[in-house]
Amino acid sequence: MLSLADLREGQFATIIEVSGDDSIAVRLMEMGLTDGERIKLIGFAPMGDPLEIMIRGYRLSLRCSEAKRIIVELTT
Amino acid sequence: MALAEVKPIKIPSESLTVALVGNPNTGKSTLFSALCGVPTRVGNYPGVTVEKKLGRYRDDSGEVLIVDLPGTYSLSARTMDEMVSVDVLLGRQPDVPKLDVIVAIVDATNLERNLYLFTQLRQLNIPLVLVLNMWDRVLASDIQVDLAKLSERLGVKVICATASRSSGIQDIKAAIREAASDRDVAAASVFPREFQRESAELRDWLAAHGQPVMQEFLVERLLLDIDGVHAQKLSKQSALQELPERIGAARDRLASAGQRVPAVETRCRYNWIRSQLAGIVDQPDEEVQTLSDRIDHVLTHRVWGLVIFAAIMFAIFQCISTGASGMMGGIETLQSWLVGWVQHWLLPGTLRSLIDDGIIAGVGSVLIFLPQILILFFFIGVLEDCGYMARAAFVMDKLMCKLGLSGKSFLPLMSSFACAVPGIMATRVIENTRDRMITILVAPLMSCSARLPVYILLIYTFVPETTWLGGWIGLQGLVLFAMHVLGMAVAVPVAWLLKRFFFPGGTSAFVMELPSYKLPSPKVVFYRVWERGQAFLGRAGTLIFCTAVLVWAAGYFPGDHTEVHQLARSIELRESQVSNETDSELATLRAEERRLNGQLIKGSFLGQAGHAIEPAVKPLGWDWRIGVGVIASFPAREVIIATLGTIYSLGGDVDEQNGSLKEALASSRWEDGRPVYTLPVALSIMVFFALCAQCAATLMVIRRETNSWRWPIFTFVYMTTLAYVGSFITYNVATWVLG
Repeated sequence: MLSLADLREGQFATIIEVSGDDSIAVRLMEMGLTDGERIKLIGFAPMGDPLEIMIRGYRLSLRCSEAKRIIVELTT
Repeated sequence: MALAEVKPIKIPSESLTVALVGNPNTGKSTLFSALCGVPTRVGNYPGVTVEKKLGRYRDDSGEVLIVDLPGTYSLSARTMDEMVSVDVLLGRQPDVPKLDVIVAIVDATNLERNLYLFTQLRQLNIPLVLVLNMWDRVLASDIQVDLAKLSERLGVKVICATASRSSGIQDIKAAIREAASDRDVAAASVFPREFQRESAELRDWLAAHGQPVMQEFLVERLLLDIDGVHAQKLSKQSALQELPERIGAARDRLASAGQRVPAVETRCRYNWIRSQLAGIVDQPDEEVQTLSDRIDHVLTHRVWGLVIFAAIMFAIFQCISTGASGMMGGIETLQSWLVGWVQHWLLPGTLRSLIDDGIIAGVGSVLIFLPQILILFFFIGVLEDCGYMARAAFVMDKLMCKLGLSGKSFLPLMSSFACAVPGIMATRVIENTRDRMITILVAPLMSCSARLPVYILLIYTFVPETTWLGGWIGLQGLVLFAMHVLGMAVAVPVAWLLKRFFFPGGTSAFVMELPSYKLPSPKVVFYRVWERGQAFLGRAGTLIFCTAVLVWAAGYFPGDHTEVHQLARSIELRESQVSNETDSELATLRAEERRLNGQLIKGSFLGQAGHAIEPAVKPLGWDWRIGVGVIASFPAREVIIATLGTIYSLGGDVDEQNGSLKEALASSRWEDGRPVYTLPVALSIMVFFALCAQCAATLMVIRRETNSWRWPIFTFVYMTTLAYVGSFITYNVATWVLG
């Protein structure tokens, strides 16, 4: 299974699921990372973590550990 | 004549309470300033560290009280900020009146995500006004919004505004008045029928078990918030012990119906938003690279990102530590001018000493921090408003993560190298309570500029001028460097221990919006600087002042000052008669005055305390004089130099460059003739000052920022313990090594 952390710069993907029920998962969903949404990986911070994505028309940064919980499917 | 007709027309005066709610980065504080100027009050909500900001304005119908709630993405009440916001919104916060209107402010360029909070607000049964802020950016872009339809579909008044240019403010004020008279504004639930049924059942069950009828929003929260605070509080009541099981069962039923908690909430709300916006908001193709993306490409670049970051941080640091010195010099000049003025009008005596050494010095010890606070918050204001602040946290996060903190802790900690007071105040940018607390508690360990005079005096008096590599590396410089590194190095295990034992729990999330870049607005920056200055001077300033006056009193009483006052009078009389600096009689008088002052401080409460703690400080290699200096320097570290000056009968106004103080220290002897100050003793004092919390201002700011006396006391105890142990080890190891 592919996660958001596995994407490369500039790739698009669709969210399949945000795993977990804890507060971090809820925060991610509240920020708009819900099933079926399209995201783009914009890039990584200079030291490789965190990463920057585009979702619902805005830019969001997450740590790789959080991005790993977001299961995605590559789209073109 | 019908005099009765000339009755004054009575304008119906009605005061309103309005809350300002919105996501972070929506320009909420800017709107606040545009509505009511500088806040009438900045403080904390009782018992928590959430900032309470109130402001007022008047319109034709009366007064309007504005409550600025902390920026939040949701009302799910998981964090302290959110909990306070929910309490204010539901009228449960005792010190805020019940709300008449909620103004929901959203970033007009990013409606979808911003309206999430709005979907929660509309369930609260309070009249709403929706403000689409940053409207100028919508006009400049290809985004199209059908305002009339939006207002109709959402069922609220929609106002476009550009708060940074004060446009749309009158419309908002008018809309607030209009909305205040709306009745029955409860909105239909966004949730599916199964969910509404569970919610109604739970509400009835609660009512049957003696609970007053709860608002739909709160009942829904009981179902939606896993480990929610509200449910935990309720289930403590004996009649409601079954509540957690009931909620669990309801969640299971919802899950089997395909409405799994918590995902059901976000899915339903976002679906609702999308259906409302369909056809009336036209966003351009989002795959186009914006200007903001191109700037980001450079500013978060693997190499350039770090270089630019380092350059910006260095520039800020330089400005705080050197730029503030001009203003601080000004404050000191003003202070000595005032002291001179008092001396002109008052004869030497207790009153004059109280005014000069107690009050003026006390006010000065508060004001001296102001330049650094103003400069730091000027930069923070600029960086935050232009959007770089979030990038700085983004760039630094990985490094700070290794220390158990997050990227947002970097700037507060770095500014603490100039001064911990503005550094601690800057921790308000960290939303995560745990990260913020740890940052506050380790910030005083960073070697601030007030430690420098102590280091310089001791290093250049006692550390030999050995150099290596042809003069490039000197022992004195090395010791100075080591003192700066010491605090930082100690902060790492301290942060780890705090996290492990005082603030346990898993790692916190780092889910941060990266707002688009824009030119900072001077008004926003000005208000930011103003607010922080006001916040510091208010409570913290008062407490710092009181501490300074108390320490003055401890050093002054109970000695009999009649003789020294008479002496001072004759010195001043003689000074006005003979201008000759080398006048021998004047010199004798002055020497006598210093001797008496030295004696008085020895007999004062401060001196007695110094003698009392001598057994405790002897293992550190100190005598009672150093003990007195350390106690007297509680208001501020650098005070030790002036105190030592007084004790060694040099007069109070010596500084670290003073040759005679260096000599006095070097020639000071124990009773058996051994020198008091040796290299191990000097190192022991320096280590003590590197690690101790001898700074009233820092402790008072911790009091203000954590809204509790517990944390400043904790900081003082842990740092003093560290300092004591550190200097004990230093003294003994150095004595052993140097034989």
